[in-house]
Amino acid sequence: MVEWSENERSIISNIFSNLDYNDVGPKALVRCLVVYPWTQRYFSSFGNLYNAEAISTNPKVAAHGIKVLHGLDRALKNMDNIKATYAELSVLHSEKLHVDPDNFKLLSDCLTIVVAGKLGSAFTPEVQATFQKFLAVVVSALGKQYH
Amino acid sequence: MLSKKEKDLIKEIWERLTPVAAEIGADALLRMFASYPGTKTYFSHLDISPNSSHLLSHGKKIVLAIAEGAQDISQLTVTLAPLQTLHAYQLRVDPKNFKLLSHSMLVSLACYLGDEFTPVAHAAMDKYLSAFAAVLAEKYR
Repeated sequence: MVEWSENERSIISNIFSNLDYNDVGPKALVRCLVVYPWTQRYFSSFGNLYNAEAISTNPKVAAHGIKVLHGLDRALKNMDNIKATYAELSVLHSEKLHVDPDNFKLLSDCLTIVVAGKLGSAFTPEVQATFQKFLAVVVSALGKQYH
Repeated sequence: MLSKKEKDLIKEIWERLTPVAAEIGADALLRMFASYPGTKTYFSHLDISPNSSHLLSHGKKIVLAIAEGAQDISQLTVTLAPLQTLHAYQLRVDPKNFKLLSHSMLVSLACYLGDEFTPVAHAAMDKYLSAFAAVLAEKYR
């Protein structure tokens, strides 16, 4: 089981309580689709993803970004049992959506960069390391039910 | 593959960051050490605490090398030849670590440049740093 110190819990809780989901969610997904264009393979039903401009103004991308970010709320509320919390979503991503689990890391890296851009110098090395630890646990849990 | 637009963008960004090379470099290194403690093993001979003169001078060295490469990306193999030899025969840093520093550098850029570090700039920068790392590792074997 993953151990969290009081300090780590409070860092993570602070990041999320100050996050504008409607802004950060879309930005993270847009960034992922632009920086790692092969991830677009999962979004063929989203319409125009032809270039960065199209991706960043695509309403389906924005809506999906918000949905995905809210998905992290589950981990936030169950930090001591993230693996079990995502079991169902892991099965969904594997068996229904057929998402290569390597992509979870790509999106989590993009989320880190978006949060860094928002927080600036407040996103210290320590805060970054804690946030990345949190995301790594979520990413691992999402990959757990792949067989 | 980097387009002309991307090469110009990358060149412009690193030109702007050259005056704060030590600050950006040290920041990236600190982020890497905090997130990936294994990377500290390459620096046991230096004082890598925040604001130490070793950290600042080493960070500056790294950023200036990256900035120099950005001046003419098509000549990367020529520009980096001495550093290739250094990393292959002397430093022998496991190339997996280049990815870790690249990621840390991207975060430093995001913090420093804020909204200016657009998805397009991020994509270009990621491509450049990947190319840089690949060239750096070319003489390893």
